[in-house]
Amino acid sequence: MSASTRFPEAGSGAARAASVAGADWAIEAHGLVKTFGSNRAVDGVDLNVRTGSVYGVLGPNGAGKTTTISMLATLLRPDGGEARIFGHDVVAQSQIVRQLIGVTAQFASVDETLSATENLIIFSRLLGLSRAESKRKAAELLEEFSLTEAARRPLKKFSGGMRRRLDLAASLIAQPPLTFLDEPTTGLDPRTRTQMWDTIRRLVASGSTVLLTTQMLDEADQLADRIAVIDRGRVIAEGTSDELKASVGTSSLQLRLDDQADTDDALRAIQAVLGVAGTASPEGARITAPMADADRVTDLLVTLREAGIRLAEMSVQKPTLDEVFLTITGHGAEDQNDSSDADPRETERVDA
Amino acid sequence: MTTMIAPASERRLKNHTSIGDTVRNSFTMAYRGLLKIKRTPEQLVDVTVQPILFTLMFAYLFGGAIAGNVAGYLPTLIPGILVQTVITTSVVTGVQLREDMDKGVFDRFKSLPIARIAPLSGALLADTIRYGIATTLTFVMGYVIGYHPSGGIGNVVLAALLVIACSWAISWIFAFFGVIARSASSVQGISMIVLFPLTFLSNAFVPVKSLPEVLQWFVNINPISHLVTAVRELANNGAVTGDVWISLLGAAVIVAIFAPLTVRAYMRKA
Repeated sequence: MSASTRFPEAGSGAARAASVAGADWAIEAHGLVKTFGSNRAVDGVDLNVRTGSVYGVLGPNGAGKTTTISMLATLLRPDGGEARIFGHDVVAQSQIVRQLIGVTAQFASVDETLSATENLIIFSRLLGLSRAESKRKAAELLEEFSLTEAARRPLKKFSGGMRRRLDLAASLIAQPPLTFLDEPTTGLDPRTRTQMWDTIRRLVASGSTVLLTTQMLDEADQLADRIAVIDRGRVIAEGTSDELKASVGTSSLQLRLDDQADTDDALRAIQAVLGVAGTASPEGARITAPMADADRVTDLLVTLREAGIRLAEMSVQKPTLDEVFLTITGHGAEDQNDSSDADPRETERVDA
Repeated sequence: MTTMIAPASERRLKNHTSIGDTVRNSFTMAYRGLLKIKRTPEQLVDVTVQPILFTLMFAYLFGGAIAGNVAGYLPTLIPGILVQTVITTSVVTGVQLREDMDKGVFDRFKSLPIARIAPLSGALLADTIRYGIATTLTFVMGYVIGYHPSGGIGNVVLAALLVIACSWAISWIFAFFGVIARSASSVQGISMIVLFPLTFLSNAFVPVKSLPEVLQWFVNINPISHLVTAVRELANNGAVTGDVWISLLGAAVIVAIFAPLTVRAYMRKA
């Protein structure tokens, strides 16, 4: 299920904004370029993000995701091209753009030595809230992000998930209509990842446009209305998650048989029911078959039971980011920091 | 996220930061600096131990040789060592700024619609606390070992404020090094190379007449000498001399040059 069907508010937000002239694009970027020495970290990126939508930027390490976000968020000055946030130029009107965005960077942009409350109060004060308002806002955000209990503890004792939540909370003080999330779930365990996804969905439901980067196809699929695949500083594919997946191919069904002797029978059943050829792994007992229509797997399972073939394990393998890359570019999603001197910001962070 | 977010088109936006905003942002950043000092009091070691140790050391080492006895040396030494200690302390501002800037939180400061100068000016403002501590301890230490400035408490306070103001101005130089340097230790290195000759080749510790002529020439044009003289005249005689104005003018010139340079370098590094 995609985020847009689950959260109709997000869609209606786009429709509402579209009625206001000139306000239907949250981000318009054309030919963005950023070079570090001889390395073109971002090499002509075009992005158009509709107001009220969730936009995913998908790519491996060093593909230029962070650099692109940094330029859109006025942290880096583009070497070429132009970008507008809600119609405001990121270079000429940077101070206006900063009033419209919230940025959650890949590595928590909060003060380690201070407590969660102190961090939020300082950011609130900087954003022009009064002392009393800042205190209230900090308490409110801590409550909302389930950090109230840890509010007074110094951040050094925070877990990765808590830090990310605090970081996101800090980005939302001014309730920006556009939020950048740079790999919001990288390094989180599955449970905190799901929590983060829920938080992002609530954020979208409240009317914010979100641009997020990720290395995981699954995450983009879960959250984003549209996805851009970025590789070596260029957008190599763009579309809805369905369009993207259709271009990559289908998921595959994996079966492990209880009794290896049944392998041939099982392969015959797959051919008969699914109409495709399965492949048995060399060590036997394991069969992989492309799964175009999930509905027909039910028929296959019934057939297998009737034939007395017992399954030890069954799973579905989704297309991975690596397969997306393989299909679109012809090379895998290897870490691109190895190639020449990559974006120093990202290299540094990878080392850290 | 209980309330709906106001769309961009319905917001009142401006593309510049007013002077009022700049001052407010700087004070908020200074508050952050104070909180950090409160959380890590160990970083105050240099401004607490150094004034006590150096004052004692210099007084008893050189007192007899230079002035015949310790008590006679103190009116010369205390203003001199005060200026040297507090200005050396301002190097730490640059070093800590460098360390601070390497942290992720500076990325957030850059993405906020605040005055660009605020993260720098706030850090520098918070450090005047450190100068205040070093100044107070030096005077107290001097008093304990027998320094009784005849300018009176009011003039001593004025002298203290003069030193703090000038050190704040000089800290912009080290803030500049802090912004352009690669690492915190290189800031320390560069700064010490600049400061050592400046503070020692002055009238801070020895009578100028005892020096070779070439050195006398340098000592007399050294801005540190003017500051030391200004403090001496204020604290010891209660006199506001031209050196006070020269020091303040020098401080203003340093800020006028280095504050914009630092902010520009900081922005480019962004």
